[in-house]
Amino acid sequence: MNHLPLILKREYLNKIRNKSFIIMTFLSPLLLVGIFTLVAYLSNINNDSVRTITILDESRLFVDQFEDTGSIHYKPLNDITLAEAKKLSEESEYYGFLYIPKTQTIDELANKITFYSEDSPSLTIMGDIQDAIEEKVNTEKLQEAGIDPKKIDQLRININTNLETYAGEETSKLGSGLKLIFGGAAGYLLFMFIIIYGNMIMRSVIEEKTSRIIEVIISSVKPIKLLLGKIFGTTLAGITQFVAWLILIGVFGLVVTSVLGIDPSTVQTPQQQMMEANGSGVEQIAAEVIREVTSLPITNLIIMFILFFIGGYLLYASLYAAVGAAVDSETDTQQFMMPILLPLILAVYVGFFTVIDNPHGTVSQVFSFIPFTSPVVMLMRIPFGVPIWQQIVSVIILFATFMGMVWFAAKIYRVGILMYGKKPSYKELVKWLKY
Amino acid sequence: MEKLLVAHNVSKSFGKHTAINNISVEVPKGSVFGLLGPNGAGKTTFIRVINQITMPDTGTVILDGEPLQPHHIQYIGYLPEERGLYKSMKVGEQALYLAQLKGLSKTEAKERLKYWFNRLEIGDWWNKKIQELSKGMAQKIQFVVTVLHQPKLLIFDEPFSGFDPINANLIKDEILKLRDDGATIIFSTHRMESVEEMCDHIALINKGNKILDGKLIDIKRKYKSNTYEVGIQTAYPDVVTADLKQKFKLFPATFKSINNELQYKIQIPETHTANDLITYLIGKGELTHFVEVIPTANDIFIETVRNN
Repeated sequence: MNHLPLILKREYLNKIRNKSFIIMTFLSPLLLVGIFTLVAYLSNINNDSVRTITILDESRLFVDQFEDTGSIHYKPLNDITLAEAKKLSEESEYYGFLYIPKTQTIDELANKITFYSEDSPSLTIMGDIQDAIEEKVNTEKLQEAGIDPKKIDQLRININTNLETYAGEETSKLGSGLKLIFGGAAGYLLFMFIIIYGNMIMRSVIEEKTSRIIEVIISSVKPIKLLLGKIFGTTLAGITQFVAWLILIGVFGLVVTSVLGIDPSTVQTPQQQMMEANGSGVEQIAAEVIREVTSLPITNLIIMFILFFIGGYLLYASLYAAVGAAVDSETDTQQFMMPILLPLILAVYVGFFTVIDNPHGTVSQVFSFIPFTSPVVMLMRIPFGVPIWQQIVSVIILFATFMGMVWFAAKIYRVGILMYGKKPSYKELVKWLKY
Repeated sequence: MEKLLVAHNVSKSFGKHTAINNISVEVPKGSVFGLLGPNGAGKTTFIRVINQITMPDTGTVILDGEPLQPHHIQYIGYLPEERGLYKSMKVGEQALYLAQLKGLSKTEAKERLKYWFNRLEIGDWWNKKIQELSKGMAQKIQFVVTVLHQPKLLIFDEPFSGFDPINANLIKDEILKLRDDGATIIFSTHRMESVEEMCDHIALINKGNKILDGKLIDIKRKYKSNTYEVGIQTAYPDVVTADLKQKFKLFPATFKSINNELQYKIQIPETHTANDLITYLIGKGELTHFVEVIPTANDIFIETVRNN
């Protein structure tokens, strides 16, 4: 008589037939794509308007210094007074007016330039203007001192240290960054999964108690099978939802791009814009990224990612199940929530601050074996090269702890039903283990 | 008589609290066994031990000749006092699930469910959700699920709570029919009139200890006090009353009657019989009423618990 598949099937079907589950499965990607579309649309509108900035340059130093960009048009004013120029700019509703007075020396300019505008100007525009002025002033100063600015450019050397391990493996700073991103992404994904579906597992463990069917169930099934069935069933439902989300986001995204003609992927981050503006070889960086990625132990990473992700998720899921086993209703769960998430937060911190600094130091090593932190820390260590035996031991510890946790939860569950209505304290939980 | 369940010196305590203390009972095969006791006496704990929800600290339980083992759960049907069903599940699906947990195959479970649903006239509930049903309707489904796998031992904890009199009667008849078909029934309740109607054997538990058990008839015999309720029509009631008072223990009694007679409960010494009393009373007037006072389960319950 094998109950596990039966329980698993019921839990799975029960979850995915739930109305709010179905609604969320469709609503979440819709909202996500909707928000991105909105942002893309809004930033497109913004980009369309060209802002005009008038310039009154009495010093005559900056005649060709300001070049129009896609969103800013510079309009030089000549042969009028400051007051007239200000009035003109204000009446014409120009975005702003830049005033550069005539001074004795260039140094004096430093504090004399003024930008007039209706509202506070945007930081990027101010940055652009200041950069342009500084560049010109610096060139002028160098020439004054008798130095050819072109010479300086020629003499400038970019230092790029090559990193190589004793074994002859080439690494780079970019590689470290990539590893950080990889570990961080794994940690973040785990975190999200646990937060979304952990609570669902807990609620499903409480279900038998609130519906009072618990004694009937517990007189037919072993608690450990019930809990395992619930954990696996809910996890499968979670994976179903996750896959549905990915597919739906793809479909909605496609619909939006083709129907509305807006491409959500055109939403650019400031860094991207900067990189493009600098023109410092996006292709070059891309090539380097690809080289770094291919130099990572890909197969090892993928296998271990899957194992640690599943193991880590199951372990935390079993913690949620234990909380569900200990309480009578959802309102009693609050006090247990924080201790569950703390080790995960700790893992991410250890990952970002210790592993990157010293991937094979004592702290990194220890935390990559502790089951509550190993899913994040070990995954971050693996790109730096970790012996296979360490990885295997860590995975075994992780899964063993999961089984231990479920056993512990089942123990609490069995005793918990005898204590209807009593709010359990930690002290009582320890006592229950002895029954 | 063959015993289906034998519990021997079963004890269980939670921390310092002793829930049941050295309980031994024998449940004969094919009987309805009443497990009685005031609130908090330990009935539910004892039932949970039989269902292997709780492990006893000491003592053994033998089911049908074998010490209790995990696979025995399929021979036991248990309707707990704290009962419910999955609210968001459909009736049929739920009944199938619970039946399969008890070891029935899906086709078998479906067939038997069809039989029971027709029998209790609840066939058209199959696709309803539990939350759409009333409490009494849900109770019927719980009853079906409890008996579906044809267990040798059925344990009902307060089976009639939540039923209206018609349905309570229906369930009572079903329980008695199950007994006639060979099942053994342990029946825990506070409702003494149903004990009178249904139980062959009883055990009385108080504060974790068994204080009384045996055949209900034997117990009643033991507890009867040679008391008779009588009515005498006489022209001289004062004289007769004084006479009786002198000879016997006399208690006032009231019963419905068309006559205007003396009504008393009379307790006679063990050495005398009912015939002796009748002979005596006939000499005093016209005997209009004569009944032996048999203690009800309720009387026995209250008396033993009080004295304990």
